[in-house]
Amino acid sequence: MTGGTVTRAQLSEAVYQEVGLSRNESADLVETVLGEISDALSRGEMVKISSFGSFAVRQKGERVGRNPKTGEEVPIEPRHVLVFRASHVLKDQINTTLGKAAGKPGRKA
Amino acid sequence: MTKSELILRLAETNPHLYQRDVERIVTTIFGEIADALARGDRVELRGFGAFSVKRRDARVGRNPRTGDSVRVDEKFVPYFKTGKQLRDRLNADDE
Repeated sequence: MTGGTVTRAQLSEAVYQEVGLSRNESADLVETVLGEISDALSRGEMVKISSFGSFAVRQKGERVGRNPKTGEEVPIEPRHVLVFRASHVLKDQINTTLGKAAGKPGRKA
Repeated sequence: MTKSELILRLAETNPHLYQRDVERIVTTIFGEIADALARGDRVELRGFGAFSVKRRDARVGRNPRTGDSVRVDEKFVPYFKTGKQLRDRLNADDE
C-alpha cells in the first residue's frame, strides 16, 4: 500500500482534468456532490451509487454503555448511524490490486 | 437517491453544464475514490467522512450448512467512517 491520503483537492483536480471547467468550479462541484448526498441522507433517504456502493441511515435503539475508564454505566441515547456497503465491483477492484501485492512472497503478514 | 437521480439533480441546479459533463463529474469523483482505495490509500473528506481499506487475515471458516472447514483467503475490505459534521446532521432534531 502506498499509504497516501486523498482529499477534496485531488478529487477537484481530477474533475478539472477530466471535464475542463475552471479549478474553482471543479472544487465547487465536488462540494455540491457531497452536499447533495449529505442532504439526501439527512432526509433519511438511502443513496445508491451503482458500481461503487450504497449509503443508508440506520436507527439504533437506546442501550446501556459503560465508561471504560471508570466502569460507570451510562445510557447511550437512540441515534442514527450511517452505514456504507461497498458494491462488488469496488470490492473486486480493491482485491484485484491489493490482493496481488499481498500475494508476493516476503510481505509482512 | 440513485446515481442517475443525483446526476439529474446536479444538472437541474447547474443549467450551464451539459448533462453528459455532469455525468462525467460524478463518475470521476467516485472513480478517483475507488482508484485511491485500490492503491491502499485513504480518502478523507472532512465533514463528510473517510474511506479506507482494512485487511482481513486469512482464516479457517465453516460452511454453516455442512459444518465443513473451508480456507478463507486474506482479503481487503473497504470501510467508511462517517464524518463528525454529517453524523451530527443525521442526529439533528430539525431534520
